[in-house]
Amino acid sequence: MEAIPARPRGSWGRYPRLRPTRVVRAMWRDEAPALADLPGPLLAYGCGRSYGDSCLNQDGVLIDTTGLDRLMAFGDDGLLRCEAGVTLAQLLEIVVPRGWFLPVLPGTRWVTVGGAIANDIHGKNHHRAGTFGAHVARFELLRSSGERLVCSPETHRELFEATIGGLGLTGLILWAEIRLHRVASAGIDVERIRFAGLNEFLAIAADDPRHEYTVAWVDCLARGRRLGRGIYLRGSHASRVVTQGSPVRGPRLRIPFDAPNGLLNRVTLSAFNAVQYHRAVRKRATSTVAYEPFFFPLDGIGEWNRLYGARGFLQYQCVVPEEADGGAIRAILARVSGSGETAGLGVLKRFGSAASPGLLSFPRPGLTLAIDFAFRGRRTLDLLDELDRLVRDAGGAVYPAKDARMSPESFRAFFPAWRRFANQVDPKFSSSFWRRVHER
Amino acid sequence: MSAERTARRVLIVGATSAIAMEVGRAYAERGASLFLAGRSPERLDAVAADLRVRGAAPVETMVLDVLARDQHADLVDRAFAAGELDAALLAHGVLPDQARCQERPEEAVRALEVNFTATVALLTLLANRFEAQRRGTIAVIASVAGDRGRQSNYVYGASKGGLHVFMQGLRNRLHHSGVSVLTLKPGFVDTPMTAGMPSNPLFASSRRAGRAIFRAIEARRDVAYIPWFWRPIMALITSLPEFVFKRLRL
Repeated sequence: MEAIPARPRGSWGRYPRLRPTRVVRAMWRDEAPALADLPGPLLAYGCGRSYGDSCLNQDGVLIDTTGLDRLMAFGDDGLLRCEAGVTLAQLLEIVVPRGWFLPVLPGTRWVTVGGAIANDIHGKNHHRAGTFGAHVARFELLRSSGERLVCSPETHRELFEATIGGLGLTGLILWAEIRLHRVASAGIDVERIRFAGLNEFLAIAADDPRHEYTVAWVDCLARGRRLGRGIYLRGSHASRVVTQGSPVRGPRLRIPFDAPNGLLNRVTLSAFNAVQYHRAVRKRATSTVAYEPFFFPLDGIGEWNRLYGARGFLQYQCVVPEEADGGAIRAILARVSGSGETAGLGVLKRFGSAASPGLLSFPRPGLTLAIDFAFRGRRTLDLLDELDRLVRDAGGAVYPAKDARMSPESFRAFFPAWRRFANQVDPKFSSSFWRRVHER
Repeated sequence: MSAERTARRVLIVGATSAIAMEVGRAYAERGASLFLAGRSPERLDAVAADLRVRGAAPVETMVLDVLARDQHADLVDRAFAAGELDAALLAHGVLPDQARCQERPEEAVRALEVNFTATVALLTLLANRFEAQRRGTIAVIASVAGDRGRQSNYVYGASKGGLHVFMQGLRNRLHHSGVSVLTLKPGFVDTPMTAGMPSNPLFASSRRAGRAIFRAIEARRDVAYIPWFWRPIMALITSLPEFVFKRLRL
């Protein structure tokens, strides 16, 4: 374990900005880092793609895991074992040309395997495949006591379940074994359908089981008659070969500096959303595309988070049980579009009923909505508190990986297994998120 | 670069260094056969497994401390046991603490032994093999620090600068046998070796450095700055007259 100077390691939303006192680097899984000797609290840090403060550790030590980037084994049975700092981008580069695919992909490929487990990430196939954690066979966890525990549904089950979705609080994941699946092609047959409102969305979503991947983009600024309008995207792996996984290239475009704070405002975003909505000229269109733009539309723009300006942004993602007319989602969209806040991209999806092993796993049956908000101080926070109340009343939850502000009361309401989880937390591990929702 | 022209059998000494591992990956993706030498058996195994999963076959390893010069002949014999080598990359090295080198002569001597003396010993054995097979590439990771001595790291710089001169002569000799001799001069690369340095915009990732080294080997270059932008920077730095340079705090 090598000490490196505390370079700024933030979170993707760039709010809040909290600095660790030290960053150390885990390089070799066989040389157990002496966690006990480090001044706590400790937290693993991978790509920093969590949006809020769950990957931050103010006045603590971050353990940079990106040096643990080695593959360990890959069998004909699709079981892939690799170190925790390997990114999904690196894995795709290796497995796709061999006809394999990752079980779950989030909206960016720049996340580590350890991060994917710690946040129990989900993707466009949640309605079929469940979360990432459902495809983890086992992993090795290094506890601050120096113990190394191989955790699986059979061994150290409580730790296995606490670590999946456990926000890095149960110890340092050194390596993991995940189950991949075979695909005929990495290309995706995509269907794009315009919907005028929530009811139409729900009607289309009823067809989800017939498609491997589904997600909808929703215009969060549209009001009244247009409330909940958007574009539905659904697709399945193409039956014919479209592309043999090209080497991962960096983004073609990179945002070189912070945009002025007001660049993304209601006027520019409304215009952008209207263009997006009407660009789909026809009601329904189909095409076959490479998997990268389908899964990772924003990876093509490096550091797109800088578009929100130096104050950063908050992404709010909630899930609520489904009701016939959209229920709480309709109320949330109405509240957001009428709020005067700068709400950017909205993503709407129906989660499936596959259970995750994770105690603190976020996805559950219902509708999930994710919205970006430019951070504008108290008024933004007040609005999100209001949304929390709507979500709590509906019996839903808010995603910790994207959170920077939920209250301890909300956290406990959203994650009723929190007490069982807390018992498994490593005494030396913590995060700014955890201190905010639990220890205070 | 067509697949047929890519090196098929490659020896890498110091194979567990961050940069060497990335070079190994570039070869592994093309299905090359690799012979890896390094000090730690556990690290060697971890790197070998990674390269196997990425497509290298076969991958052999040998635990070697380059300071144990009596093992050099064994290394070279084993690396050549399965036939001719297309390329050999010497990537081992240490970055000593300059202040300690100034206090304790043995610190400076040890750095020179690892970076320079051991490398020269290995190069001597390798050069004769490559000269006999009349083809292939011998590559050594030197450093931009070897282009001009600076007060902040001149022991390291001297060890790498010495290599630069040795490689010039070796290149001149082996050119006539069709063997290419490549001096690699990385600048700041984000690796455990440079972990103690404050970061700056000139830092390159080890992946970028490794890919650049792979391309330089395959292109049979003589000298390659890693990344390329260090060539104009070092041209400027080496062009300053000594009476000016000695006044700077670099």
